[in-house]
Amino acid sequence: MSGASTWSLQESDFSQIQACLSALLKASNARCSLLVDRNGQLLANAGEELSFDATAFASLTAADFSANDQLAKMIGEQEFASLFHQGDKESMYLADVARRVILVVLFDQRTTVGMVRLKVKQTVSDLNRIFDEMFARLEARGAEQAPGLLEGAEDEIDKLFGD
Amino acid sequence: MSMINYASREINCKLVYYGPGLGGKTTNLETIHGKVSPDTRGKMVSLATETERTLFFDFLPVDLGTVRGFKTRFHLYTVPGQVYYNASRKLILKGVDGVVFVADSQLDRMEANIEAMQNLYDNMAEYGYDVTQIPFVVQYNKRDLPNAAPIADLQAQLNPGWPVEDTAKQKEVPDPYHEGEFLVQQVDGQWVERAPYFESVAVTGDGVFEALRAAAKLILKSLS
Repeated sequence: MSGASTWSLQESDFSQIQACLSALLKASNARCSLLVDRNGQLLANAGEELSFDATAFASLTAADFSANDQLAKMIGEQEFASLFHQGDKESMYLADVARRVILVVLFDQRTTVGMVRLKVKQTVSDLNRIFDEMFARLEARGAEQAPGLLEGAEDEIDKLFGD
Repeated sequence: MSMINYASREINCKLVYYGPGLGGKTTNLETIHGKVSPDTRGKMVSLATETERTLFFDFLPVDLGTVRGFKTRFHLYTVPGQVYYNASRKLILKGVDGVVFVADSQLDRMEANIEAMQNLYDNMAEYGYDVTQIPFVVQYNKRDLPNAAPIADLQAQLNPGWPVEDTAKQKEVPDPYHEGEFLVQQVDGQWVERAPYFESVAVTGDGVFEALRAAAKLILKSLS
């Protein structure tokens, strides 16, 4: 492979993911949850409206997870499948999904880390299934259909850059 | 790894600014942040030391317009220039869609440029990526300084070209940005391809957008 491959998130996958995130919030009493890909792109979020810059948050989450992955390897672990950051009032719990995305849960004193951890387990297993199916489908479709969306859009791209 | 989100109708791409320490990578992003309308860019995040040296990365998301009804969103990253931070530098390259190599034109930084270029090839190879096969642009920065090396010397050292083995691609391709020059040409009987290059002064913004646009265009074309 000469570079990183492209992948896409379809609306049907998106609604399944959204349902998973909402169910998690209901079960755990957490404030909000986000799904971020390992390259730092925000895929979905649910719950309370975010009061911060979600794009910056997503890129920092991915960096946080990557840095911790390397730390895990240094001490002889394959990975840290989950991370917990504790604040005075707000805390966050991060968990790996299918080695491709990160589930982030933000919560406060209305719940406990134990409860969040417990409920995240189920959500991670549901999301794993969704993403495994999604990537299997993308792989099955193969490289010949991969370009799809921008195929033949050269003129439009030229126009975008004023050439 | 670009990501097409059909739900939010966005194409997300990752562009990394790579290069030697103090070459102007962070300044590039600051200039873009300062000159692009706040509607089309997000917040700039810098993970830097107290002396403003990049520790982990700088990050700036910008929207460059719409193609096929999809918003093209570019996530711009810089890496730490100091070799000391190579571990975090490598992490930023994960999932990269395109690279802008920011070289420091000053004569006494030639060695540092060469070392950073070699390090880019090495770090990319560790992920199984080949920098010559992805959108790649070279930006010669600090062209306003009196001790800036001639472009021909910089090109010879940093962007001499890589061999073109595929016979279908062995034909002259003019450099759209420099008249009379070529991106693909035959040199001493050997077909070579070079990355497009740009001259810049990042502090004033000269050449910064030209390099960004060229890289962004190559990335979108690689998807088409």
